[in-house]
Amino acid sequence: MNDASITVESDALIQLAGITKTYGRGQAEFQALKGVDLSIRQGEFVAIMGPSGSGKSTAMNILGCLDTPTSGAYLFEGVHVENLSRDQRALLRRNYLGFVFQGFNLLARTSAQENVELPLLYRGETAEARHEIGMAALRSVGLEEWAHHTSSELSGGQQQRVAIARAIVTNPKVLLADEPTGNLDSKRGHEIMELLVSMNRDHGITILMVTHEPDIAAYAKRIVHFVDGEIALDDENGGAA
Amino acid sequence: MGWTTLLLALREIRRNLMRSFLTVLGIVIGVAAVVTMVTLGNGATQSVSDQISSLGSNLLMLRPGQRMGHGSSGAPSFNAEDAEAIKTQVSSLKAVAPTVSRTSVVVVGTKNWATSITGSNSDYFTAGNWTLEEGRFFNATEERAGKAVCVIGATVRKELYEAHSPVGDSMRIKQFSCEVIGVLAAKGQSAMGRDQDDTVVMPLRTVQRRLTGKQDVTTILISMQDGASTEQVTNQLNVLMRERRKLSDNEDDNFSIRDTKEIAQTLSGAIGTMTALLGAVAAVSLLVGGIGIMNIMLVSVTERTREIGIRLAIGALEKEVLMQFLTEAVVLSAFGGLVGLLLAAVACYGLAAMLSLPFLFSPSINLLAFGFSAAIGVIFGYVPARRAAQLDPIEALRHE
Repeated sequence: MNDASITVESDALIQLAGITKTYGRGQAEFQALKGVDLSIRQGEFVAIMGPSGSGKSTAMNILGCLDTPTSGAYLFEGVHVENLSRDQRALLRRNYLGFVFQGFNLLARTSAQENVELPLLYRGETAEARHEIGMAALRSVGLEEWAHHTSSELSGGQQQRVAIARAIVTNPKVLLADEPTGNLDSKRGHEIMELLVSMNRDHGITILMVTHEPDIAAYAKRIVHFVDGEIALDDENGGAA
Repeated sequence: MGWTTLLLALREIRRNLMRSFLTVLGIVIGVAAVVTMVTLGNGATQSVSDQISSLGSNLLMLRPGQRMGHGSSGAPSFNAEDAEAIKTQVSSLKAVAPTVSRTSVVVVGTKNWATSITGSNSDYFTAGNWTLEEGRFFNATEERAGKAVCVIGATVRKELYEAHSPVGDSMRIKQFSCEVIGVLAAKGQSAMGRDQDDTVVMPLRTVQRRLTGKQDVTTILISMQDGASTEQVTNQLNVLMRERRKLSDNEDDNFSIRDTKEIAQTLSGAIGTMTALLGAVAAVSLLVGGIGIMNIMLVSVTERTREIGIRLAIGALEKEVLMQFLTEAVVLSAFGGLVGLLLAAVACYGLAAMLSLPFLFSPSINLLAFGFSAAIGVIFGYVPARRAAQLDPIEALRHE
């Protein structure tokens, strides 16, 4: 299954080669990805666009190590992710990836601080370290004052900021954002994008973002268009806002 | 991770306090029921074995008829001569007390009290391990003459007399009056739950003449010397009584010899069986409590699917999620067990006092019940925990 002929690009953080993903069997078989090749370098800000059903979400799940490809190779810093076990992928997510979702996905009835500290808990940090790093992350998204408020006491924009703080608290190499502004009005959406841009610029975090809004995608340095399970267009975005 | 997992579990329980409480209610009741049943059962058994010594050790009861409780129906009674014959012809005996009992109302001044009047000799007090609170037992002269003297039990004294000593007073029984010469020290309930102190003892002849009007003796109490062989004495008694009652070889015994120790043992055996049975019924409720925990944990897993998805996405390992949910179940059930033990201690304390049973705290049953409740958490928490751990993070995140 693995493509032995893959040429490893030394400067690539993420490399997809001939990735396919098939759901179902027989008559109901549906090929969501039909051979995707993609290479992403450290420090890039990539927007993934495409109509629904184009395979962008499937690609995002595979990139986020939440799902495995049916065939093809996925190299993360030269490591074949498609060969990793479920727990090994979990460790990879824990140590190298951060997630921001459209629906924020904070723990209910839990304070902002506890939400942000959650990934540190799984990394086995001490309570003291968790508190310190967690508060620093909250400070970086400008919500230090809101540390003790639960998710339901925060606005949508604030919740997404907490989610971003949670995603970057482990200092990940890659931040995967799935429609991060989808549930926000345009003003809050742009604020979130400014925040992501600064994370990318100031902390060098590689960002992969799925969106269908062109003005949100415009913040990225590179835009990848998916159509029918294949990459239709991959271009450098000259006019970043 | 261990300590953190525990903290996470506690936080989750605190977040749903009401639901957690209702979840563990089954365990609380189950543990409380099991521990209460067994503790009270042990108390009852203990109380019965206490009765063995209060009845008098090495005591045999000779009664007409074959079965206990059937009284003298059909079979002829004994008489004072039978007792005399036993005393002279059977070896290794300490006391032989022919007895006849009658229930009658006793009147003192304006008060009256229905009690059991027993006629016997002074051996009765030896055989029954009775001691005096005050006064004296009756003597041989009074026995022979059938004098109207009586020794009363602690209950009768309490019911009929004020603080003053009844010794020297007279009480009226039917048409005759009788002088109180002694008060017995209290013995409490018998193994059958009868109040042994609710009694009046008089010389046998007095009761026969004035109350029953017959020469019959219904029971002969025989106390053996220490170290005497029950089997030998029983055999001798059997031969003697068959001879005296003129039974031919092919006739069955029309009397029975009961070893009180044997009765007590049978009783404690029966109580033990009851305890085991009630304990088993209570254990079933513990099991139902466990199923309740599983039910709630399954609901909880469904309800928290998204949360599990988040945890998995940010890198929680399968076993970490498993441990989190398992810990929650175990903490819940162990806590329920602990509350159950406290409840049982309170219930046992109250019930033991109410049923006048001794309260025997048993560390082993408490430990066992607690261990069992924790084990229930593991057993019934495992399925929901595994379901949580094996969720697909993508599906879980999409869950509404």
